[in-house]
Amino acid sequence: MIKAGTWVEIERVLLRPDQRAAGLPTDTAATPYLLRLSGFLKADAELGSEVVVTSLIGHEHCGVLRLENPSYAHSFGNTVPELLQIGREV
Amino acid sequence: MRDLSYAAVMARKNAIMKASMGMDYDTFALSPVAFDYERMMRETGYSLEDVARIQADTKVGNTPLFELTRLTEAVRRTAAPGKGATILVKDEAANASGSFKARRASISAYEARKKGYKGLAAATSGNYGAAVASQAAMRGLKCIILQEVFDSKGIGQPEIVEKSRACEAYGAEVQRLSVGPELFYQLLMTLEETGFFNASLYTPFGIKGVETLGVEIAQQVRARYRKDPDAVVITHAGGGNLTGTARGLLAADCKARIVACSVDLGGLHMASDSDFNRKSFTTGHTGFGVPFATWPDRVDVPRNAARSLRYMDEYQLVTQGEVFYVTELLTKLEGLERGPAGNTSLTAAVTLARQMDRDQIVVVQETEYTGAGKHHNRQLSFARENGIEVRVGDPAGNVPGKTIVLPEHLDQVRGRVQDMDKLRRSYLKNAAKAHPVAAWTEADLAFLASDLKVDAAWVQQASAEL
Repeated sequence: MIKAGTWVEIERVLLRPDQRAAGLPTDTAATPYLLRLSGFLKADAELGSEVVVTSLIGHEHCGVLRLENPSYAHSFGNTVPELLQIGREV
Repeated sequence: MRDLSYAAVMARKNAIMKASMGMDYDTFALSPVAFDYERMMRETGYSLEDVARIQADTKVGNTPLFELTRLTEAVRRTAAPGKGATILVKDEAANASGSFKARRASISAYEARKKGYKGLAAATSGNYGAAVASQAAMRGLKCIILQEVFDSKGIGQPEIVEKSRACEAYGAEVQRLSVGPELFYQLLMTLEETGFFNASLYTPFGIKGVETLGVEIAQQVRARYRKDPDAVVITHAGGGNLTGTARGLLAADCKARIVACSVDLGGLHMASDSDFNRKSFTTGHTGFGVPFATWPDRVDVPRNAARSLRYMDEYQLVTQGEVFYVTELLTKLEGLERGPAGNTSLTAAVTLARQMDRDQIVVVQETEYTGAGKHHNRQLSFARENGIEVRVGDPAGNVPGKTIVLPEHLDQVRGRVQDMDKLRRSYLKNAAKAHPVAAWTEADLAFLASDLKVDAAWVQQASAEL
């Protein structure tokens, strides 16, 4: 159970594959068009259930509860040794 | 109940646009292709002085212009005697939110506030989102940013993930979307639902905001070197950076050569889910640069104020590997860690400086911030994780989506030139689709000639050969 007021991420299908724009490449056309959004959970709920969240600007959005406390984990990546060599040659 | 199907929402496009900008594009139209561009720009009601004052209030503009002395020396060592122009860089990373895009967002935010909108919305996966969010924060407006972030496996491009973070940091609601051009559909839905101002990248407000960048370059170069720059290199994607900067240079009566530069991503499909994470550049590449140059009106407003071929003298292409190499050199030689956007034009500037005389000046007109996700080490490691070969060698071996080759030496940074007339003919083909050549009037020919920086005779001859 995730408590109301928790920062969470929801996912919602905006367009099923058959509803998408015409002329898409076949790989894209075969997938649904998805929205992911973070907000504060409106009422206690379980992961995977239909919920409502309030975004940072106070707007409400519905969707399937996907993550509790979603975080940014992007990084500088694994070292690329080739870059370390650059600069000595000039 | 509103019909929310894709077709129904797209059919309401013009009405939604009108309501979300308080601006009627029909008043500028002359024909399906031609419109009164200068009147549209003028009727924003903002002079250059107004723009500079508004920008100063929200931490935008008056960024430093640096001479890259060690990089210039390194280029001269690879140049013929007497060659090797001085390379300058305008450190646009110093704007609030870390890029020149703050200029582009600043007037929209001011205009939205003035007209009484409660908030701003923009569909953008780039620095522009952070810029709109940052400007909205300073103007006390709500902000929604829509971004194309992740593929069908749920994997986000690290650079765009960083933009999501930045937008949320500035207090915006971020709608993170999967791959597809339906970003525009979701923007229209959002504008309709919220009644927010459409802070499109392509409005006259956006372009007016960039003009100060061109003016500052002319003024700063003249103050320090007692002459004008000979060339200004501009990373090119949607065309707003080039259009605004060139207009500002012209307003300052500076006749520097306007050089566009994009990363060559030929062969990758921009709407393809499986190609999405095979790109190491999310903008400033040919996937935007070529289609937007050859048909500017493909955007989220009826008439695009960013019209790059109107101002472009030359178009340089560089490889992903060359840009990563020059990014690393900027760090090691000049003590500046900056992001991919400005370093794309810096890469072309290396090639140009080598061809230009020693007493000439080439200006790289922007930098952007870098960091987690955006950093070139992350982009290269991400490429490796996605099965792209990364190696050192001859940059001619770069194949977008397959191989990134980092040059062994600065001498190998050569870029290549895009054929301008081919671009112009491609633009005319698109114009002919919008309005048949047989129906073109004198006014159409005059508009097309201005839009392509050629004379009417050229347009007439080229259109006869279509």
